Amino acid sequence: MTTTITTLSAAPPTAGPAPVAPRFRALRLPRSPKVIAGLIILAFFVVLAIIGPVIAPYSPTHTDISWVQVVKPTGPFGSSQIVPESPSTAHWLGTTIYANDVFSQLLVSARATLLVGFLAGAVATALSVMVGVSAGYLGGAADEGLSLTANVFLAIPGLPLLIVLASYVPGADNSPFLIALIVSVTGWAYGARVLRAQTLSLRNRDFVEAARVSGEGRLRIIVFEVLPNLVPIAAASFLFTTLYAIGAYVALAFLGLAGSDIWNWGLMLMQAQAQSATASGWWWWWAPPGVCIALLGTGLALLNFGMDEFINPRLRAAGLSRKEARRAGLRRRPKLGFTPVMHRDGSAAGPAAVLGSAPASRDGGVPGVTRR
Amino acid sequence: MRVLARRLGFYLLAAWVALTVNFFLPRLVPGNPVATAIGHLTFVNAQVVAATKAQFGIGINDSIWVQYIHYWGDLFHGNLGLSWGNSFAPVTSLLGNALPWTLGLLVVATVISFLLGTLIGIVLGWLRGSWLDWMLPTATFFQAIPYFFLGTVLLMVFATGLHWFPIGQGYQTTGVNSVTPGLNWDYMVSLLDHAVLPASTIVLTSIAGWMMGMRNMMVITMDEDFVLVARAKGLPARKVVWYAARNAILPSIANFSLAISLVVAGQLLVEIIFSYPGIGYLLFHAVTNQDYPMVQGIFLLITLVVLAANLLADVVYVFLDPRARQEA
Repeated sequence: MTTTITTLSAAPPTAGPAPVAPRFRALRLPRSPKVIAGLIILAFFVVLAIIGPVIAPYSPTHTDISWVQVVKPTGPFGSSQIVPESPSTAHWLGTTIYANDVFSQLLVSARATLLVGFLAGAVATALSVMVGVSAGYLGGAADEGLSLTANVFLAIPGLPLLIVLASYVPGADNSPFLIALIVSVTGWAYGARVLRAQTLSLRNRDFVEAARVSGEGRLRIIVFEVLPNLVPIAAASFLFTTLYAIGAYVALAFLGLAGSDIWNWGLMLMQAQAQSATASGWWWWWAPPGVCIALLGTGLALLNFGMDEFINPRLRAAGLSRKEARRAGLRRRPKLGFTPVMHRDGSAAGPAAVLGSAPASRDGGVPGVTRR
Repeated sequence: MRVLARRLGFYLLAAWVALTVNFFLPRLVPGNPVATAIGHLTFVNAQVVAATKAQFGIGINDSIWVQYIHYWGDLFHGNLGLSWGNSFAPVTSLLGNALPWTLGLLVVATVISFLLGTLIGIVLGWLRGSWLDWMLPTATFFQAIPYFFLGTVLLMVFATGLHWFPIGQGYQTTGVNSVTPGLNWDYMVSLLDHAVLPASTIVLTSIAGWMMGMRNMMVITMDEDFVLVARAKGLPARKVVWYAARNAILPSIANFSLAISLVVAGQLLVEIIFSYPGIGYLLFHAVTNQDYPMVQGIFLLITLVVLAANLLADVVYVFLDPRARQEA
């Protein structure tokens, strides 16, 4: 009753990260099921990335000839075929055609995949904060130049540029750090554009004006007055970019541009594809890394969704879920216009409670609705 | 019109940046990888080596600016070099053969995905908080799946598993059912049959973006006063939604540029999975064979296609939004 209803507290009067206190506030995430699910998924994979290589039963490159079956040719002219093992107690996710253990590869691969994702996300976000905030706050020619740069990077398609960069930069194929840098070069522009727009709207607010009038330096205003109010947007941009970076890294590895020394989920998919694991029905080889990527991506996207709702409260699913409404004995009809209006069951006369006017409450209760 | 001219100028600038990066990158990176790759080439005649070296500025005495001018001259003559991975056929003609496949798939999939996603988004935004909200997490999940992984799953289930659709390629080329390309019925059917799975992959993964964007914008627009007025004066709900939707769609179109480059990236990988004879398939072979002229040609072509798509989106935007016209 306490955690799930937090989001019910309806929209604060102003959209956006209300700049009431121009001091740094801890990021208060809405405790919606989406955010909780996203955090759980993300935590799971972070733990996996840390302990994965330690708990892996084998080395990802360890081969054992007894882990594959050699099928003798049927005809006189056929060639013998190598067939990997399907999942068993010895190999939870079976083996590959190269006689490696898939489960071990999956565990070991988590680290590089997440490392590149988060690193690229962090670098790209730092870049976009720098560019976006300077452009938005400085204005004038600096803004023109920086915005133009961001827009050009946004217009040039990312993956082809990534491929060109990755195929030329020496040593990129076996260094997750270089790959992360290359990915962040192609992924910072969107965040910069969003942050610039928000900075533009912040810089003429009263509290920034007050700081300026009281003689604060430009850098101090940016760091202590503007930046704290950009944290939710920067965080959303970080999540978005991390999601993009993981996709880009996996795609590069899948194309064979991320080398073969660093194990990651894209490399596993690449090997499976190269040996046509799909056509041969060896699902245990290609499905686990794909499912991991999809789950990790979903976790990040759910968190991002929660961030969006935090930044823009109007996007929240607007009040009570059906179950909760029924529990409260209220009937709810989605209506056009403002936040949904609650009607008492059967009574046509007037709204019983308008969620939109309920003040946001911290402790999770919904004043006036549940207690009736 | 001045707005469009400015946008056109911007895209020309973006194209210039991309092409210039394309020129300088192989010349500036330390330990020129192209030179090494040329050394590994086998079965090459001296002419090809000379042409390729000239293209990448290896062992050329001209200053880099003279080379740069030559590079632009070559571009305008459609001379993108010879593809190492394809028996040294000209890159331009290989790209020309592959482009219709990629464009066809891209346009059809994007149009379906945009229209369907926007429509669902309108409904979701209108009926927010209803049972339809289950679609949001589902869409999030599909959005997070890498394109090529979903492609693999669809291929496995519907092609190798259920045999509903063919396994890869653009049309039937072998066996009793092979068709001859041209304007005949069998070819068209084969074409469609082979396009269903790749197109579905692209639609399924890209639709969520349009859906969410439209839904969020719809929710925000419905709080606007003009919607309330329309509602208050008793317009039928259908009309009110139409008014709101017309305004809510604008950011979707404005964000087209970001979306389209992600879709193109995804499609290139989908083509690899389905052995679809488009640019993505060429790209895969170019990357595995270190076919640098081809990689460069593909980057150039994809950039131009994406920029053209962006320009098209801008034209639509100006057409839809009177404010964009007035600013000029």
